[in-house]
Amino acid sequence: MSFTTLDQGAEVTAAPPGARRRSAFPLLAPSVSVLLLWMIVPLAMTLWFSFQRYNLLNPEVSGFAGLENYEFLVTDPDFWASLTNTLILVGSVLVITVGFGTLLAVLFDQPFPGQGVARVLAISPFFVMPTVSALVWKNLMMHPIYGVLGSLARAVGMEPVDWFAEYPLLAVIVIVAWQWLPFALLILLTAVQSLDHEQKEAARMDGAGPVAQFVFITLPHLGRAISVVVMIETIFLLTVFAEIFVTTSGGPGNATTNLAFLIYARALLQFDVGGGSAGGVVAILLANVVAFFLVRSIARRLEV
Amino acid sequence: MATLQLRNLRKSYLAHEVIKGVDLEVADREFVVFVGPSGCGKSTLLRMIAGLEEITSGDLLIDGQRVNEVGPADRGLAMVFQSYALYPHMTVRDNMGFALRMAGVPKPERARKVAEAARILQLEPYLDRRPKELSGGQRQRVAIGRAIVRNPRIFLFDEPLSNLDAALRGQMRIELARLHEDLQATMIYVTHDQVEAMTLADKIVVLQAGRVEQVGSPLELYHHPANLFVAGFIGSPRMNLLEARVLGADGAGVMLEAAGARLTVPAGGASRPGAAVTLGIRPEALRPDPAGAFAGEVRLVERLGGLTLLHVTLVGGEAVVVQIEGSDPTPAHAPVRLGVEGAACHVFDAEGQALPALGRHPLAA
Ligand SMILES: Nc1ncnc2c1ncn2[C@@H]1O[C@H](COP(=O)(O)OP(=O)(O)O)[C@@H](O)[C@H]1O
Ligand SMILES: [Mg+2]
Repeated sequence: MSFTTLDQGAEVTAAPPGARRRSAFPLLAPSVSVLLLWMIVPLAMTLWFSFQRYNLLNPEVSGFAGLENYEFLVTDPDFWASLTNTLILVGSVLVITVGFGTLLAVLFDQPFPGQGVARVLAISPFFVMPTVSALVWKNLMMHPIYGVLGSLARAVGMEPVDWFAEYPLLAVIVIVAWQWLPFALLILLTAVQSLDHEQKEAARMDGAGPVAQFVFITLPHLGRAISVVVMIETIFLLTVFAEIFVTTSGGPGNATTNLAFLIYARALLQFDVGGGSAGGVVAILLANVVAFFLVRSIARRLEV
Repeated sequence: MATLQLRNLRKSYLAHEVIKGVDLEVADREFVVFVGPSGCGKSTLLRMIAGLEEITSGDLLIDGQRVNEVGPADRGLAMVFQSYALYPHMTVRDNMGFALRMAGVPKPERARKVAEAARILQLEPYLDRRPKELSGGQRQRVAIGRAIVRNPRIFLFDEPLSNLDAALRGQMRIELARLHEDLQATMIYVTHDQVEAMTLADKIVVLQAGRVEQVGSPLELYHHPANLFVAGFIGSPRMNLLEARVLGADGAGVMLEAAGARLTVPAGGASRPGAAVTLGIRPEALRPDPAGAFAGEVRLVERLGGLTLLHVTLVGGEAVVVQIEGSDPTPAHAPVRLGVEGAACHVFDAEGQALPALGRHPLAA
């Protein structure tokens, strides 16, 4: 009995690998073709347009442009400003969310009354859509006349700050960080909770105080979770758009224009599809470079 | 020098009392084992000693000093956890040196102490590995090494061998006994395994539901259990317990009738004729004997090679287990008579307390 089943198993695995791949192809075909339509076609079209003279205001001027769109892009000071803004935005939000997220995760892990409610409250910003939260921050929090921050400043006798005029990029960073903090908190909290209790007790017996326990036990344990947060957030933060569109529209000047907003401005405000596509290709390259390094560093961490 | 005293120690979680007043003296260099069924509070008691659980009431004294309010790191104790609780991202060397590093011990001295502990535990080839690159037994040794390096006054172990397979457990048991002898340290060891308790302990503390049932040397507990719980818990296979009736008492002991047999057990205490008691006989004290007091029929024979277990149903319908030589030829379904020495029997009153034996066993003085 057991011999026959063994034999059957051997036959299946003994089929030549080529034949197996061929026989599986019809089954893979639907998902492969959907993926192709979904990813390759838009990518190819973006690449194609980025080499075209294609301005909606000037339909007669068309045809192959060579590297003109790219040249125009890299010689445009707005482009470099937007690249810098993108990196500052991504970097600051990562630092804020991972930093505060870790701190809050450790605090929320301690038992205290009302813990359940506090956790839900801390996580809820994630469920507010970006346009809404940006509007709330713009009009109810940071507005120099109607905003809560302005009222607070006046209450202590200080001049209210016009955030979007004086510190526009910082204001955008605050809004985006507020939205992404819950995500970091959620992932890091589950990681903190998965820390073996006896490890912390062993550290206590070994004479480690709260700070030493955090540094030597908790933080290394969180390494993996932190790199996952960094990777996922980076992917989304490179494309922040709604918050900027709703609050500053990239201004004043180009102070809050990131790459995503620049592409939008080129293609849909200046109707330069070719130039916008060139920006898009740069964005794709940037995302891939970042992803390459992140995935490599995380893969190394996951092995540990 | 390291002695430990517990005085009416209690622990409550909210309204739920888990440790219900424990008194205990641990002498210097003594190996004390806490045994008891799962959930009886062994770990809680150990963690109270370690300082990881707050003491609700009572006093804990180390070397005569009250340490209830002293933090776990400052009590001079080291603990080996059931899960080992090694720091996964540190090498074996860093794991063992962590406490010294926290104490601000300079690097060369740290290295020397870690090397010394590694030598004792034969861990030298593994010093640069991470815990996950070690086998269960090696991890166990690292956990012990982490304790040794601190040179503690008292070692605490919480079921340290329960995650190992049977063969390794036997080996580590011997290593622990050797370690105790080499280090000349006071050790407190928690287990639910009575073999570990019997083999390692100078003194066994039997716990049940947060109370101490009996404290004594292993053979004292084996030969003179204080009550039914200890009698049933120590010894494998378990002690046979038969319903019995007191016929009378004199200078030679109490006369009993149980399962249709009469016998005299050299035990004292006030027992009225007619009182219902429990007669306890260890399986190894019973033996087939044509002139024996008990009559019955063998229902099942378990031959373990060196030993044979006879499952016998006595005349009254009560079942007993008899442990005899593996060479005994008694077949299943045969009628047998079983004999027993009165001195090897135990009598428990209606409350389950043992009647005091008139003579002490020579090994359990
Ligand atoms: N943190 C806690 N809160 C409430 N009850 C607890 C807690 N820790 C242990 N207990 C209870 O204390 C009792 C003893 O537990 P423990 O000391 O772990 O038993 P064991 O003898 O198996 O080591 C158990 O009934 C357990 O439910
Ligand atoms: Mg336990």
